[in-house]
Amino acid sequence: MESPDDLVKEFLVESYENLDRLDQEFVKLEKNPTDRETLSSIFRTIHTVKGTSGFFGFDKLGSVTHNGENLLSRLRDGEIALVPEITSALLSLVDAIRKMLCNIENTGNEGNDDYSKLVETLSRLNSSSSNANQIKAGSSNPAKPDTANADVHQPIAMAPISAPSTIPNQNSTTSEPKSATHDVDQPLPANSAVQLPPTIPALHADEKSGGLQEQSKSSGISESNIRVDVALLDKLMNLVGELVLARNQILQFTATQEDGSFVTASQQLNLITTELQEGVMKTRMQPIGNIWNKFPRVVRDLASTCGKQVRLEMEGAETELDKTIIEAIKDPLTHVVRNCVDHGIETSAVRVARGKPAEGRVFMRAFHEGGQVNIEISDDGSGIDSEKIKQKALQRGLITTEQASRMTERELIGIIFMPGFSTAEQITSVSGRGVGMDVVKTNIERIGGTVDIQTKAGIGSTLKIKIPLTLAIIPALIVTSGGDRFAIPQVSLLELVRLEKNEAREGLENIHGAPVYRLRGKLLPLVDLNRELNIKNEDESAQADSECTNIVVLRADERQFGLIVDKINDTEEIVVKPLGKQLKGISVFAGATIMGDGKVALILDVMGIAQRANVISGVKDRALNEQQVQIASENRETLLLFGVGREGRMAIPLSMVSRLEEFPFSKIEKTGDMEVVQYRGQIMPLARLSKLLQMEDSAIAQDTSDLLKVVVYSSQGRCLGLIVDKIIDIVEENLTVKCQSTRKGVRGSAVVQGRVTEFLDVENIISNFTASEATAVGV
Amino acid sequence: MASQQYCTFYLDGLFFGVEVMKVQEVIRYQEMTRVPLASDVVRGLINLRGQIVSALDLRRRLNLNDRPKDQLPMNVVVRAGESVVSLLVDEIGDVLEASEDDFEQPPETLAKGAREMVHGVYKLPRQLLLILDTERAVNLENTPIERR
Repeated sequence: MESPDDLVKEFLVESYENLDRLDQEFVKLEKNPTDRETLSSIFRTIHTVKGTSGFFGFDKLGSVTHNGENLLSRLRDGEIALVPEITSALLSLVDAIRKMLCNIENTGNEGNDDYSKLVETLSRLNSSSSNANQIKAGSSNPAKPDTANADVHQPIAMAPISAPSTIPNQNSTTSEPKSATHDVDQPLPANSAVQLPPTIPALHADEKSGGLQEQSKSSGISESNIRVDVALLDKLMNLVGELVLARNQILQFTATQEDGSFVTASQQLNLITTELQEGVMKTRMQPIGNIWNKFPRVVRDLASTCGKQVRLEMEGAETELDKTIIEAIKDPLTHVVRNCVDHGIETSAVRVARGKPAEGRVFMRAFHEGGQVNIEISDDGSGIDSEKIKQKALQRGLITTEQASRMTERELIGIIFMPGFSTAEQITSVSGRGVGMDVVKTNIERIGGTVDIQTKAGIGSTLKIKIPLTLAIIPALIVTSGGDRFAIPQVSLLELVRLEKNEAREGLENIHGAPVYRLRGKLLPLVDLNRELNIKNEDESAQADSECTNIVVLRADERQFGLIVDKINDTEEIVVKPLGKQLKGISVFAGATIMGDGKVALILDVMGIAQRANVISGVKDRALNEQQVQIASENRETLLLFGVGREGRMAIPLSMVSRLEEFPFSKIEKTGDMEVVQYRGQIMPLARLSKLLQMEDSAIAQDTSDLLKVVVYSSQGRCLGLIVDKIIDIVEENLTVKCQSTRKGVRGSAVVQGRVTEFLDVENIISNFTASEATAVGV
Repeated sequence: MASQQYCTFYLDGLFFGVEVMKVQEVIRYQEMTRVPLASDVVRGLINLRGQIVSALDLRRRLNLNDRPKDQLPMNVVVRAGESVVSLLVDEIGDVLEASEDDFEQPPETLAKGAREMVHGVYKLPRQLLLILDTERAVNLENTPIERR
């Protein structure tokens, strides 16, 4: 065993990257067998591997790639046509290369596997020069529209780019195949490249602006990118975080200074720091396409194993995520995609019989929404049959007959996320072992994401995954207890309840010493943070404030409980930092963070607290029941009820509300015709709902001391405040519109709490509002 | 004879030293955030330029009497393995060079808890310098110490 030296490591890293691209290119090529560009690129990759392996003395690797290269060169020159047999042989060539590289990485040599059969196949295919002429004649014409389709701008952009970059380093090995390609398939650019040398300076200047940008987009991965150690990026991120704190201190200090140039300099520092912070954060972001790249190959292989025709479509591959999250969702996503092909899509015969196109479709979509990344994976296959799930679950003893009869369709489908469940009739090498969707769910939930499935029998199913953008920075609620601040990750936060003195006396009850609170008719177990953490309140002023009780309602493993804290401060984005190993044993803390004032605050681990306080019991049956309740309640929606105008009663889903605020009328300022308020460092436009909906304006404050009740709605980093007359309640109801509305901005009405209530169409209101005011906002 | 440099400090009248190469820095008293439920040796967390560092009270760790309330400790920040830990001490001394000629194993009569964390003793002209085994001192897992 000898560890490969740095050069070999470089070679391995580079080759792995190239091979990943190869998988994609092969699939692309199969659809479009005459695409010279792709062929040339494949050829180049194999050629590079061959060349380098010769240099390092990896003879076996060299001979295998050599044979592949021969075959590829004839394909590229159009002497033989690409038939499925050749594609398969080439794919197994890629696999063989990968295996050998893997061996080299682990043991330092290529391993003892025998590849003579592969070599034989490759050379046999190479010698069968069948329909060469025919292809050659046909290729020049059809190839053009194809390439044009694939990369419209590329052929045009290539000429100027490759010219300047090729000529200065004519000796470099990589540039040679590139120019060779042009000679073969693009006579015109090649000619111009030949004529170029005399006019280089002029051309260079011309292309500097436009051409170089194109270059980074299309060709030069190796030229415009460098590899950076992730640990270094982490360090940079830490340092930038510190810089931000130092900047904040300086800005506070600046406020007391009168020296103009000092103030200017610190403002400059402020701007640069902000930009630097954004930039460093971006360095950790990677497009999700990096892991999607391998799916075309996965789908192709799996489809041919199952004898199905499947097409994979992707949208939003450029959506960016933190690197650690990308790593974490890689396996779950692969599993889901495999599931789609194996379980979801039917065989061609069945599909045709059902009146669907013979080729099945798997569609992956990723997009940013509300500070989260949404990933949807859908197929147009057979969907999930809830009856079948019920039978299987009964058969495997996951649920009882009695439970089954009570379960709704949606609950039944939720069973696929239970451990030990599989619908596959037979266990195949692909799937059906019953370890699957539950692992997907746990993995996604571990990184703070959620999984949801929608399905229609016979039509298909869609799996929706929501994950946070980054793990390093999380939104958290800051609370104070016993004089110290603690951060509670917002993912586990459900709601906040504040009980005034009298309410607290009535609302807090005891069951045999266990405090509970009736939250909308259900018993909520309460946990006192001070008691749990054994801390005493040293701060006298906080004690005085304890006349009212603050309850933070949290969710831990599908169970709810209320955490009593002294004070609720605010929500903040925090950077999670690990605790030293001296504190590893304490399960109630998930880490620590540095607050804006430079002091350290501990991050509470909601699960840990729940376990410590015995909120979560280990009884499985109970957990299942809870889960069902949870599923059942998902059909219902939590609504915010509020009053608009003199009589109006309206509701919107609570999920759309980011906060409820009260502003004194004196805080309202005007820009143009619009009312705005300074809110969390932003200018938040305000909309008077009664005015927008043309209802009689009533008691809304005009007096400077009165408080305006505002429902804050935020989307894509922008806030909008809806001024309402009063907040009535928060209720859980089935959101079914009984009576459609003709009024603009209202979706319809239904009976909530025994009174007719209108559902506000928030999206409509906002788009109308922003459309009319957009010019005024100027954001 | 080879000699070693030690960063020295005082703890309840005793004179201690830590190899200079293991000390990252020495800083004055920092405000700390206490950690509920933790061992009472852990006095809290400090923010060391963005890194969160546990501060261990070396007096408690070595079973010495608690520091008087009005006396603020100093931080000796040491590197122990992968992690960085701050040791709270009474007062900082000079960096001393001690020759191996003066080195001796700690006497058996040293209290058991403390003996494990003291490498040895340098017999300096005026006083004894106790050398702290930082790796052991920051590892709270193996040696749960009963407080006097």
